[in-house]
Amino acid sequence: MSIPLITTSRWDVEDGHTLEGYLRTGGYEGLRRALEMTPDQVHEEVKKASLLGRGGAGFPAGIKWGFLPSDVWPRYLVVNGDESEPGTYKDRLLIERDPHQLIEGCVITCFALGLSQCFLYVRGEMAHGQERVASALNEAYDHGYVGRNILGTEFSVDVILHWGAGAYIVGEETALIESLEGNRGMPRLKPPFFPASIGLYGKPTIVNNVETLSNIPWIIEHGGDAFAKMGAEQSTGTRIFAVSGHVQNPGVFEVEFGTTTFRDLIMGDEYAGGIRDGNSIKAFIPGGASAPWFFEEHLDIPLEKTVVDNEGSMLGSGAIVVMDETTDIVKACHNVVRFFSRESCGKCTPCREGTNWLEKILDRILNGYGRPEDIDLLLDVCDNISPGISWPPKQTTICPLGPSAVSPIASALKRYRSEFDAYIASNAVTPVSVDGVSS
Amino acid sequence: MTEIHQDSGLITVTIDGKEVKVKSGEVLIDACEEVGVDIPRFCYHKRMSQVGMCRMCIVEVDTGRGPSLQPSCMMDVSEGMIVDTQSEEIKKVQDGVLEFLLLNHPLDCPVCDKGGECPLQDQTMAYGPGETRFVEEKRHFEKPIPISDNVYLDRERCILCDRCTRFADEVVGDPLIQFIDRGNSTQVNTFPEDPFASYFSGNIVQLCPVGALTAKPYRFKARPWDLEEIESTYPNPLGDRIVVQSSRDQVLRLQGLDSEEVNWGWLCDKDRFSFEAFQNEYRLDNPLVRGGGLNKADKSGTGLVAASWAGAMSIITESLNGTDPDRVGVIGGSRLTNESQYAWAKLAKGVIGTDNVSADLGDELPPHVLLGLPRATISEICSPGSTVVLLTPDLKEEYGTLFIRLRDAAKNQGVNIVELSPMKTALSGDAVASLHPLPGEIGNVVEALVTGDIPREIGGVSGEEISQAHTYLKDTNVYVVVSRSSMAQSEVPIIEALTSFQELDNCRFLPLVRRANTMGALDMGMAPGLLPGRNTLSSGSPVFSDIWTNLPTETGANTKQILQKASDGEIDILFLLGADPLTDFPNKALAEAALQKVQTVVAVDLFVTPSVYESDVVLPAASFLEADGSHTNVEGRITPIRQKITPPGTARPDWMIAAELAYRLGYDLEITGPEDVWEEISSRSAVHGRFDYARLDDEPGSYLITATGRIPFIPVEERIETRPVDSYAMRLILGRRMFDRGTITQMSSSLSHLAEQSQLRINQYDFERLGIKEGTHVQVTSEGRNLSISVKVDNRVPRSSALIYRNLDGADPRELLIEESHSIDIRIDPTSKADS
Repeated sequence: MSIPLITTSRWDVEDGHTLEGYLRTGGYEGLRRALEMTPDQVHEEVKKASLLGRGGAGFPAGIKWGFLPSDVWPRYLVVNGDESEPGTYKDRLLIERDPHQLIEGCVITCFALGLSQCFLYVRGEMAHGQERVASALNEAYDHGYVGRNILGTEFSVDVILHWGAGAYIVGEETALIESLEGNRGMPRLKPPFFPASIGLYGKPTIVNNVETLSNIPWIIEHGGDAFAKMGAEQSTGTRIFAVSGHVQNPGVFEVEFGTTTFRDLIMGDEYAGGIRDGNSIKAFIPGGASAPWFFEEHLDIPLEKTVVDNEGSMLGSGAIVVMDETTDIVKACHNVVRFFSRESCGKCTPCREGTNWLEKILDRILNGYGRPEDIDLLLDVCDNISPGISWPPKQTTICPLGPSAVSPIASALKRYRSEFDAYIASNAVTPVSVDGVSS
Repeated sequence: MTEIHQDSGLITVTIDGKEVKVKSGEVLIDACEEVGVDIPRFCYHKRMSQVGMCRMCIVEVDTGRGPSLQPSCMMDVSEGMIVDTQSEEIKKVQDGVLEFLLLNHPLDCPVCDKGGECPLQDQTMAYGPGETRFVEEKRHFEKPIPISDNVYLDRERCILCDRCTRFADEVVGDPLIQFIDRGNSTQVNTFPEDPFASYFSGNIVQLCPVGALTAKPYRFKARPWDLEEIESTYPNPLGDRIVVQSSRDQVLRLQGLDSEEVNWGWLCDKDRFSFEAFQNEYRLDNPLVRGGGLNKADKSGTGLVAASWAGAMSIITESLNGTDPDRVGVIGGSRLTNESQYAWAKLAKGVIGTDNVSADLGDELPPHVLLGLPRATISEICSPGSTVVLLTPDLKEEYGTLFIRLRDAAKNQGVNIVELSPMKTALSGDAVASLHPLPGEIGNVVEALVTGDIPREIGGVSGEEISQAHTYLKDTNVYVVVSRSSMAQSEVPIIEALTSFQELDNCRFLPLVRRANTMGALDMGMAPGLLPGRNTLSSGSPVFSDIWTNLPTETGANTKQILQKASDGEIDILFLLGADPLTDFPNKALAEAALQKVQTVVAVDLFVTPSVYESDVVLPAASFLEADGSHTNVEGRITPIRQKITPPGTARPDWMIAAELAYRLGYDLEITGPEDVWEEISSRSAVHGRFDYARLDDEPGSYLITATGRIPFIPVEERIETRPVDSYAMRLILGRRMFDRGTITQMSSSLSHLAEQSQLRINQYDFERLGIKEGTHVQVTSEGRNLSISVKVDNRVPRSSALIYRNLDGADPRELLIEESHSIDIRIDPTSKADS
């Protein structure tokens, strides 16, 4: 492998999370470099790198930064560390094992955009990560990497830590902003609430993912061009994927973005090492629980944003969940739907009521109360949440959580409808009547 | 519709295939409605922020980037926008949303108060699927649960539209109901041990698009299809517009009516639920006269006995016969409609010939202040960029809907509020400056504020605070809202302050009154020296003397002087028009002496108040629900009051009582209805010139009296000396609560228990300084007068001030008032600290 590790290089360094370990391994060089440049030059390097956002939507970070209006102050950087997508655990490790890299990325970004306040929002359940990032931040403040007159320059920035309170939906950027403001974590409608124009406290706000920002120090130290040289044309650099499920060697792997294929990652010995117990693959989720499922024939697709999009799914948060032949598809589907139903914030009617209804129908099917018409009902309820059940989804809701519950059902029914039919056919229980009581 | 917008910025959009012109920047859902395209909605309400929660109003919008599904409540129209509200896809989305909303809705419509006026029901008829596909168990909650004294919440019916929670938080600042839990378990609820004790709780019942919130006074009383309604005005100082709903000649509900100028559809609970009072069993429905045993009329009797109208009237005419007009007094009249006020003014001044007529009960600002200052409307005050100076008490307690408007102005319209109140109020947090001058010192503080000549400290306010506030008065329109903020402060310091404000350019005023239609009373001449149309006795005489034949020439007595004269034996017959001086007049002893001394006290009222109980003849009047007329609010806005039900028993409109009395005295008032009054006024009153009673209902609220007429403001020349509080004393504030011992509140069974006990409220700091414990009774003295009262910590009260709310159960703080003093200092007797 000729590709260097960018974001995960310190994961095996015992004290990589401390300032000492970080400095010993070349830490804060990107920041020193950035402070010698002008903010616009720093921004330019990030644009050149064409670094795609690593949170899920995959929007180029350099372009996103350019959306800030030039004349509205104050403005903020918000770091989205509320990683909660089932199967995704890359940001957690970045926060736990290399918190200084994240902090350095934040400070460089603030420098590039002329910001003086950064809010670092870390998921409530990541207790270890919170400890690590808090002590790293204290060290960084003590040694002048954060705070007033950073490294003796005129540039000052404060990084404020904020712990989440346990809601998946707060990973959605506008809900995260609501939560930061002290409100219930419920998404805002875009438009008009695009964070870059109306964000935190109504001010322009850039919301970036932990992994996105962790790439920044390397990009500044080595140049945007060096970053862009790696990976595919539109998916540059490296990217971290979390592989879980029925594989030999589940884990988090940094690979060249866009050129590696799903097969490399899932089957490759240096990565997940193939399906457990020599079984065959039945399905896999390519980009977090929200994404439509892929099947065996998709294995040779490269991990490249546009290709995956065109195939009808997404790389999303980089979480690959593998299901082998022993998987009960209806149960798997129920599991994912139940997650979204429980994590719905309750704001939009179709998501609040619809996801719960989907869960209940699947519940019924699994418990032997399924009816033949339930398949059509499932699809129609899905259609009312996400009209057309297409990809990318149309939605009757504010945020994509509602449609996320549609993906597993649509995928599972497309390929393995027979398993649903089998459950319904083998009904041990008399069909229910309209009022919910068996007759 | 389109011609209304011709002058404003219009843009072209395509709605359902038709090109239409709509106002630029308008919300799409409103724009569609204006061109006749109705979009279903639950959460959207134009007086609150948009949340896009229910998803019912989704339409297909193409702004050039291809069609997408968008909630029309969260999108402003833009040039060239193409909107489809009818496509098959939209229809399916709407059906789908309705189905989702109905999944867990209990469908207990047959026993739901909302059934028949329920948007969910209506829209299910219009859009929804006919049958449910949901075979699972519905969500269950305990139902209904009380969330306040008058409001019940049924969480099973709730569709989580966020209207009530938004109202509580955004509109009135009482965030006491919230969403709790999330997703499918989301519910609206109060916090434990913390009920929705808002003065505005009734509004959430009106806002609720389903039957989840119901109000005790209306629960299970009627079905909507049995209700008849009429648009009217609530006779409070702001003239809030209402809808009166009745069934079988009984009023069952008052709803707020959205008037752009005044109340925006909101009402405070005190007004909304007060209709109960008018059908209370204690309501007067028959004349009463003084009498004794065996229910016989007897001048020396100790009680009141039923009488006929003829019998009651003859007692009055007999007493009036041969009485010197100067020995007749008329107190009150603020409860009356403009027309009844005119009739009574005409009877008193034009027929009987007395000028001892006063609607004020010693607690209003004088007529020259109320009429003589250049006035501003509520909407002008709330317009972006202006500065509003509040010389008022806590508006939330006394002027609910004005509080709501000003809160919105400060929060959303960029209006700067500079508050000069004796204590912290509900608007303090939204004010750019919140100063709390010592009662009596407001004139000095305002002088410094206006001139910019600022001492280090004055009247309990630091120079720093004043100069900070001073910056907001520069280069902008300044509006001063003024009222008697404390009965323990005379009107003189306020007039001083107003005198200073007149030195500012671009300064206008909104003077507030205590009682419902005091403005109308003044415009109809119900004050000594005044004639209708803001005329003085002398300027109005040539105009009115042809029909007001016995006009007095000398200016008569105001309430205080009438009561003084009465207690000196100089008044023989005293009319109380909905007035209760024993409860309301600041000097209770004087009022008692007066009522005792006068030979014939005639009360025209709705209830037996303490003063009515002491009267000799009691005539039952019709309430605002039972008679037609009009009302003038503090802006000078005239709006219709409309009869919805018949008066109880033989009660009749006040103007009719005046007309009958005149007839029995040998005169014809020539008033057979409200319209006759206007025929007389409009030809004689310059300020009412354009007013057309026949068109009153066409555009209610559009008629505004702005001219000051001939009653100029009288500035004060000599300043009163500043008077610091010595360290043993406290400056007294006499405030008002929304719910007190007021007659209407006490006669409304849903409200009467909301009035609290009389307490002395002081700052925690003073508590510790004096070493007293909360709840103990202390002896409070002011120049030899004393009062025993329990004490309570209230940190809204500044140090060295003490607050007592008036007219509550228990200690009556009027005991502490000292005649003629501009402010009152009290001492808390240190020997009385022990529990009593």
